[in-house]
Amino acid sequence: MSSGSLALEQITRRFGEHLAVNEVSFEVPAGELLALIGASGSGKTTTLRIAAGYETPDSGRVFLDETDITALPPQKRGFGMVFQHYALFPHMPVEENVAFWLEARGVGRSVRLDRARSALDQVGLAGAGKRSIQSLSGGEQQRVALARALVIEPRALLLDEPLSNLDPTLRQTTRDELRSMLHRAGVPALFVTHDQEDAFAIADRIALIRHGTLLQIGAPEDLYDRPASLEVARFIGRATILPAEDLGERVAVTIGGSRKEFSLTRPGNNGRLDPAMVVLRPDALEISTDDESWRGEVVNRRFTGGSAVYRISMTGDVVVEVASSEMGLREGDVTGIKVIREPLPIVRG
Amino acid sequence: MSPTRRSWLLALPVFALLLWTVAFPNVAVIAGSFENGLGHWREFLASPSDREALTTSIGISIASVIASVLVGVPLAFLLSRFEFRGRRILRAVATLPAALPPLVGVISFLFLYGESGIVTRSVQNLLGMAEAPWRLTGVWAIIFVHAYTMYVYVFLFVSAGLERFDTTLDEAASGLGAGSWVRLRRVTLPLLTPALAGSMLLVFMTSLGSFSAPYVFGGGIRVLSTQIVASKLNGSLGLAYVETTVLALSAVAGLILFRRLERKRKYTSSGKGSATRRVLKSRKAQVVAAVLSIATVVVLVLPHLMIILVSFAVDGAWTTQVLPPEYTFENYRRLVAESQLWKPIVNSVSMAVIATAANILVCFVAAYLIVLRRFSGRRMLELLVALPWAIPATAIAMGLAATFNRNDVMSGRVLLVGTFWILPLAYFIRGIPLVATAVESSLRQLDASLEDAARGLGASWLLTMRRVVLPAARPGLVAGALLAAVTAVGEFVAGVVLYTHANRPISIEILAQLRALAFGTASAYSVLLIVLVLIMTLAARGFEERVA
Repeated sequence: MSSGSLALEQITRRFGEHLAVNEVSFEVPAGELLALIGASGSGKTTTLRIAAGYETPDSGRVFLDETDITALPPQKRGFGMVFQHYALFPHMPVEENVAFWLEARGVGRSVRLDRARSALDQVGLAGAGKRSIQSLSGGEQQRVALARALVIEPRALLLDEPLSNLDPTLRQTTRDELRSMLHRAGVPALFVTHDQEDAFAIADRIALIRHGTLLQIGAPEDLYDRPASLEVARFIGRATILPAEDLGERVAVTIGGSRKEFSLTRPGNNGRLDPAMVVLRPDALEISTDDESWRGEVVNRRFTGGSAVYRISMTGDVVVEVASSEMGLREGDVTGIKVIREPLPIVRG
Repeated sequence: MSPTRRSWLLALPVFALLLWTVAFPNVAVIAGSFENGLGHWREFLASPSDREALTTSIGISIASVIASVLVGVPLAFLLSRFEFRGRRILRAVATLPAALPPLVGVISFLFLYGESGIVTRSVQNLLGMAEAPWRLTGVWAIIFVHAYTMYVYVFLFVSAGLERFDTTLDEAASGLGAGSWVRLRRVTLPLLTPALAGSMLLVFMTSLGSFSAPYVFGGGIRVLSTQIVASKLNGSLGLAYVETTVLALSAVAGLILFRRLERKRKYTSSGKGSATRRVLKSRKAQVVAAVLSIATVVVLVLPHLMIILVSFAVDGAWTTQVLPPEYTFENYRRLVAESQLWKPIVNSVSMAVIATAANILVCFVAAYLIVLRRFSGRRMLELLVALPWAIPATAIAMGLAATFNRNDVMSGRVLLVGTFWILPLAYFIRGIPLVATAVESSLRQLDASLEDAARGLGASWLLTMRRVVLPAARPGLVAGALLAAVTAVGEFVAGVVLYTHANRPISIEILAQLRALAFGTASAYSVLLIVLVLIMTLAARGFEERVA
């Protein structure tokens, strides 16, 4: 374990019959941002609450800097936590919210308000100290919550859906700010989100959790380009997933009777997969009408700014999604597609 | 017809009725207090007993608020934050005192803790004392009874506040290093202030208008509500009007004060709270909690048990013994068999039914106008509907006595005092805020555009009322009507001021039997009242379940 890191080891938590978290283990080194993603009810929030000390695991242990802190109550962990709805105290002005940690420690009023002011400076809210919580916008509330977590000089930062209450335009800019602020803190940062775009934009690594089980952990591009399983391939990013034939070195993909071979990447050190599925990302394909391409008809076109995403119905009832810089096609046009990025990921079918 | 015109067409009869029965009597009382200039006011200021009554009334009310908070807040915290043996039964009986009609609660305390009460005599015998260890008279006795019956308001409000409390705030505070004391002082209590202030207001208003407790064990104590009745019986009507005005003004002052506190601290929180009860871990704490909750359950249930026990006692047989020596069903048989004893029961039930029916009709229309119609008279209507709540029952009764005491069409007076109808009218007025508030809160959940939508689909106004508005108002109507009917059937204060022999309600008869030392009969009536309340509650619940 690296110094200053936060680690969960074989964590299990049941609620009655329901297995919320099932033997989850991972480590977040100091300075790293790990996103815990999954659908609602997947156990990601319970995992975060166990890391924070609000829940006690049925089995497994939590370590901070190689010390077992499983039994330590939240108030003794010194973690900065940002709650989903921020949990700002509505009856205190901004500066009292931020300075609450210092107040609980009996720090004098002038010192703690000074510290609160500089924390508010850090999150770009200088001069907002006297304002009431109700007068803040959603984005400002999020920053106050962050300032309140940063002021304690936390040994780890934990964030529960920190962006879910923000409107889409604010979300874009906040992602970048959040990433740089969390990095500057230099401690392990664990944040929970159901939004993979948030996770891709902010995290150094992503842990995908489903039904309480950790499916895959790795860099965002690992999960995208080398999914460990069919579940991961389906959950992360957009993809057309088709049956394929694992030939060992290459994968054979047959669409509308036309069989083509490509280089492959396979999860882990597995031998040949049978049955195998190939994961075709929209950006691994391109519109093409040359002899090498598969034929199909455009059924749907979606403009996304720099490119267009087409849904193309291939012969043999397969619908494939393609992202293309070609803008000219319309519904009903007959065209073709080909693979432009290899190796193609395959998973067990 | 334009919507505004329709609103006014509906509003005019309601306005006329409320101005006549709610606003006018108050004006009549104030006018009456000035009937010979400042004479009655000078008399009031010069009278030491009146000054004493004012300070005692306010003092008792403040003390009752403090006592209710001291009992209600810890109990609410204990029951909503901790899990222990006996929690369920304690929760079940915690609101029991509120089910006792005011006079019945007072009587049961007399039987339990009075000079010849069961608890008092048991302690006396146990310690071998020659005299009773305490006397249940004076200020402390009144505060004791108030705390028992009124802590329920604080308990209910604070429990509801804790239920709504966003527990992530508590978690956030503990994550920031706050121990339980800091969390309580800096987070939980400040956020409970609105609930606390609301319940304190309710206790303050109820004790200020409380009549039964001071009347029965006041001893030499004077409070405004009893002083008013005494002045009226002495024939000093002008002085009674001054006292009534002072009482009503104190109530309004209290209302404004507590409301300000409530408003100042009102927050809506968006977070989700999942309140989990902490299981007491240490063996010692478990035992202490179990013992304490059993003791509390006994104290809470004892008055009810006492009344039931004494209702079987032979009248006049219970003198110096700890427990009544002889038991019989005779008391209950006589209530039904003797027409003189049966009459008050018929009176109370029929007057409560009449008043509640009128409440349902008038308050539904008023609430509909207040919530769903935009017209210029809305705020005025809101005020009229809330007014009887701010005015103690004694003052309402005095107002009616001052207004409906003669036939004089020119000044809008009709002779109702001395007739059957004066008490149903008093009950109706007391019921207005109860029913109207309940219906208003039901209607507020109805999206105002729903009514427009129904109209847009071609529904007539009547069909819209029947199919959209009335069903939305129903839960409030049922709850409010139940509350009004329960209050009316056990009503005592307005009864004391306004009853005649022909329309005497149960509570007045209980007092008469008590005076005649017929404890068994008085208790049988009390049990009957409790049973009536129970039947009404079950009927309302049954109706709700069948319709919903």
